[in-house]
Amino acid sequence: MATLLDVMNVGLFAATLRMATPITFSSLGGIFSERAGIINVGLEGMMLTSAFVGVVGSYYTCNPWLGVLASVLAGGLLGLLHALLTVKFRGDQIVSGTGINIFAMGFTAYMCQIIYGSRGASATVTGLEEIPIPIPIIGNHTPLVYFMFAIAVLSHIVLFKTPIGLRIRAVGERPAAADTAGIDVYRIKYICVTVSGMLAGLGGAFLSLGHLNLFAWGMTGGRGFIALAAMIFGSWMPLGAFGASLLFGFADALQMRLQALGLLPPQFILAIPYILTIAFLIGFARKVTPPSDYKPYLKE
Amino acid sequence: MNAYSAMIKGAFGDVFGIGQTLTQASPILFTALAFLLAFKCGLFNIGTEGQLLIGAFATALVGISFHELPAFIHVPMALLAGASAGGLWSFIPAVLKTRFGAHEVITTMMLNYVALYLTGYMVNYPYKAPGWVSQTVPIGKSAELPRILQPTQLSASIVIAVLLAGILQYVLRRTTLGYNVRAVGSNLSVAESGGINTKRIMIISLVLSGAIAGLGGSGEIMGVHRRFIEGFSPGYGWDGLAVALVGGLHPIGALLAAVLFGAIRSGGMVMTRITGVPLDLINVLQSLVIFFVAVPMLARLLKRRGFKWRLS
Repeated sequence: MATLLDVMNVGLFAATLRMATPITFSSLGGIFSERAGIINVGLEGMMLTSAFVGVVGSYYTCNPWLGVLASVLAGGLLGLLHALLTVKFRGDQIVSGTGINIFAMGFTAYMCQIIYGSRGASATVTGLEEIPIPIPIIGNHTPLVYFMFAIAVLSHIVLFKTPIGLRIRAVGERPAAADTAGIDVYRIKYICVTVSGMLAGLGGAFLSLGHLNLFAWGMTGGRGFIALAAMIFGSWMPLGAFGASLLFGFADALQMRLQALGLLPPQFILAIPYILTIAFLIGFARKVTPPSDYKPYLKE
Repeated sequence: MNAYSAMIKGAFGDVFGIGQTLTQASPILFTALAFLLAFKCGLFNIGTEGQLLIGAFATALVGISFHELPAFIHVPMALLAGASAGGLWSFIPAVLKTRFGAHEVITTMMLNYVALYLTGYMVNYPYKAPGWVSQTVPIGKSAELPRILQPTQLSASIVIAVLLAGILQYVLRRTTLGYNVRAVGSNLSVAESGGINTKRIMIISLVLSGAIAGLGGSGEIMGVHRRFIEGFSPGYGWDGLAVALVGGLHPIGALLAAVLFGAIRSGGMVMTRITGVPLDLINVLQSLVIFFVAVPMLARLLKRRGFKWRLS
């Protein structure tokens, strides 16, 4: 049983927090978008682009925080693009999101080749530094991990305890009624989808600048989609999605540790998070109701 | 400019270029038709990549398991294996959708990764050929699809794909099944109150979609590579998605668009060789086209100016 103890130890908890961070940010982004009535399957691409842009930012400025800023801006820009295509032009939300994902695959690999001479990985850049805190079980993390707690709570407060949150939910649930009540439906949608991209951007920044200190091809590995599952599992509530993200983060952390043990072929272990995601959708997809019908709103 | 001229010469410059273009177009046409069929039913199957991989592996398995069979038995068997394996793989998200309400965009994407790792395991452990490359041993000669334009790798799989485009067009337009698929896709609740068993139609179209993608995998194995090589698909699933959208979600449109994207891929290879511009630019190009097509208003604008574009 020594091997089991090697996997299940205090470090696993810290690793869980770490791996939950990108999923949490992304799923919070998903919530903001979907609460305002726009499906965002482009989270994956927004994360991937941001992860790359963050590395480029840190590479040229030698300041990882400017890299994070660049990530958030890149995510926000893609969010804005998604909003433009789906809100203004009333395009298909899933087609637009998929377009963003395909764009991200090509853009990051192409630019990586141009800037770093390899489409597989960038150079190592200055990453975020870990801030030690005196509680041993939590472990030392980069500030983005602590940020995650704050933003999860903040998202809950914004969405459920403030007038702007009420407006956002109204726009998602009954856009026509919200419009009658004098709410600028389009503006709320634009803001929410852009914020969604910015949050996904933070998730991407964590992957590259807070975790590996470099960009690797396809490094998001479907986490944007896992974040969507976490959002559904948490029934579109920020704290619920945070809890679900911790669970998926745990699966990811476990997967990495099991891999290091080398007991099973890596392919089996690598597949665990994806199979787990499907398993959770089986259990929960029917039990929750989406906060919107996601139809494009046409002002009369 | 140098890059583009290299690309065009590579794609259409000579018989060899045309052959390579059509070789690249074949798997893309399969995945495009697969995506298209599911889309007509209102399902967004982004899992064609995984279905193609699973189909390809099943075909390779049948191909390497028999050696003494006559080709007229072995070839259909291998094709059938690919189609059924792809269909089985998309049966999973179909059931998850209709029975458990799990959105197919998430499940098919997750299954892409699972397919990648499953075939990766197979080709690295139980079915690995001796040597350092992650690949199976070659399939039997009797399971090979003939190459129809030597010395290029163009195989009879393009013929199957083109026939399939015609069949799909016929099925969608002229049969009850096709009518039902389109009814479910255009308005779910109306179709349901019209007495269509919508869940059944969804399952059928997603399974057929996966089967088509699986056949695309078969074509690659039997016609081009003649064995399963890890990572043989550079993302044909995503290409297919873009092609289906660019082709106006019409099988014949997909046919033309597939040739276009095949040309970009094969020309792109030449371009990469000569100028060093990476092939990934194709994805950027595809995404721009998708954004364009995603927006019905833009498409309508174009139509008014004389372009014939149609979405759904």
